[in-house]
Amino acid sequence: MALPLPKPLNDLFNPPPTPGVLAVFPYLDATIDAIKKLRGAGHTDFTVYSPIPRHEIEDALGQAVSPVRMFTLVGGIAGCSIGAWLTLWMSADWPIVVGGKPVGSIPPYVVIMFEMTILFGALSTILGILFNTMFAARRAGTILYDPRFTNDRFGIFVPAGSDKVAKVESLLRDAGAEEVRRG
Amino acid sequence: MAEQGSPVRVTYDYVTRTIARTLGTPSRGYFLLLGAAVALLGVGIITLLFLLRYGLGLAGYSHPVYWAVFITCFVFWVGIAHSGTLISAILFLFRSGWRTAVYRTAEAMTVFAVMTAGLFPLIHIGRQWYFYWLIPYPNERGLWPNFKSPLIWDEFAIGTYFTVSTLFLIMGLIPDIAAVRDLATGWRKKLYALTSIGWTGSNEQWRHYTRGYLYLAALATPLVLSVHSVVSWDFAMALVPGWHATIFAPYFVAGAIYSGCGMVITLLTPIRKIFGLEEIITVKHFENLAKLCLLTGSIVGYAYACEYFMAWYSGNPTERAAFWYRAFGPYWWATWTMIICNGFLPLLLWFKKIRTNITALFVISIFVNIGMWFERYVIIVVSLAGEPYEPWANAVYNPTWADWGIMAGSFGWFFMWFLLFVKNFPAVSISEVKEVLAPPRGKASKAHV
Repeated sequence: MALPLPKPLNDLFNPPPTPGVLAVFPYLDATIDAIKKLRGAGHTDFTVYSPIPRHEIEDALGQAVSPVRMFTLVGGIAGCSIGAWLTLWMSADWPIVVGGKPVGSIPPYVVIMFEMTILFGALSTILGILFNTMFAARRAGTILYDPRFTNDRFGIFVPAGSDKVAKVESLLRDAGAEEVRRG
Repeated sequence: MAEQGSPVRVTYDYVTRTIARTLGTPSRGYFLLLGAAVALLGVGIITLLFLLRYGLGLAGYSHPVYWAVFITCFVFWVGIAHSGTLISAILFLFRSGWRTAVYRTAEAMTVFAVMTAGLFPLIHIGRQWYFYWLIPYPNERGLWPNFKSPLIWDEFAIGTYFTVSTLFLIMGLIPDIAAVRDLATGWRKKLYALTSIGWTGSNEQWRHYTRGYLYLAALATPLVLSVHSVVSWDFAMALVPGWHATIFAPYFVAGAIYSGCGMVITLLTPIRKIFGLEEIITVKHFENLAKLCLLTGSIVGYAYACEYFMAWYSGNPTERAAFWYRAFGPYWWATWTMIICNGFLPLLLWFKKIRTNITALFVISIFVNIGMWFERYVIIVVSLAGEPYEPWANAVYNPTWADWGIMAGSFGWFFMWFLLFVKNFPAVSISEVKEVLAPPRGKASKAHV
């Protein structure tokens, strides 16, 4: 879905096109077969489209666990620390004794620290998802897509130069692709 | 998903098309409903203008009742919000498949209910333009907020809850917006192309998305339990008899989920009918919501019993007086409405016949909402009005037209957003409903080549 954007954004979000082959699959197991065959033939940088996340696809691709979890962890720790700093430093900055309690009393501040942990953890998780998917999209370049992939079809795009296209096409057809096209 | 023996085969394509169909051109009935919501909101805005001009005295505030219908509505709407996150985050972690068909509606309800709730503290402070005093910002007097005050905790809790639940809703929407983008035409196509931010369902996207979604759910789960606990501490930290109890946090959380499930049933019943989603949102889903109502309603009933038992068993005369005033004082009608609607009504849900009868559930859900509104009214207003520490100051407070005007406005505000949402974005999750279906399987066939 290429959107018309101003130039610097366009360079960022609409990377240059990558030549290759797109196959449309009606069945999940045919898609898995194709993934296994492609990996067997030494392809690693292909993209699999699916309407829903399926663990079979993840297993077949043998992907590493997403680094988003580090974003969550760092965000959460940062939020907790900011919450502690906010409450303790601000209490010490203008010390007022309230209800006979110590100026820097930890138990009530735990509530703020907790809420800040969640807030920052969630925000950095979102940033983690956005950054990681954006970088992945830039690596892949602008590739072929079919609107049926959000409905009921699975797809595989294999980047291939003119020397390898025919071979990849026959591999995908053998695996059970109902439609194969070049782009 | 479909009922057994149903003639419709629920496939991926059926799910996409059925849910995308709900986004078509609205009917006249939709515009009538939307008009009614906007009119109610107008009532609220006009009332607010009167309050600004003549002060909060218009709302019947007088010693000792300075927290009244506005705070009642605040707690009511925050409570409504809770079941949405329960269904979308907690049941996600529990991997319960039935949530997929109902969670989007519940989650949208959460976001709009928190938006509604957030208005009430602002209205209640009277001078809305000073709301930023709650935020810790460097000011000319070098003063900071008092972090030992539960009201500041509440601000942080509600602020975080609103932010996180909104992000969670948007995150869940992205793959579904992409699915309707690929079917839509005209201006809707442009809107969905922009709001789906380039979603294609590629393996890299799913890889980061599913992980991130899991962590968001894991963060939202303790958050939702904390938010209503913090709201309850607004009361429990004070020394008012009827408020000062350690049971408040779990009691409020259970009540919140009870009222929220009631509201989900109230909202889903018409949506399912109007949008023709009978194959996707089945009686089974309603039954499960009813079971949640039964569980949390029983906890609430048990908490009522505990409160009264403790008032008697503590031997504390002020505590006893407060609870006697509640049940047999001038507000007996509010207390008994609450006890009947929340303590006894959910017991009907033990019967499978009632749990699987959608009309009965719809009626019960409305009484759940009424009962839970009165629970907050009883806790807040009645405890203050009958304060046994200063019996000479006791007063019978009655809500005025200004209270009802603002409350009507809040319902208008909530339903306006909700109606706009269900007609412009998929109100049922497309990708997650597909996840609980069997995927299309078949051997690689040469016939296709």
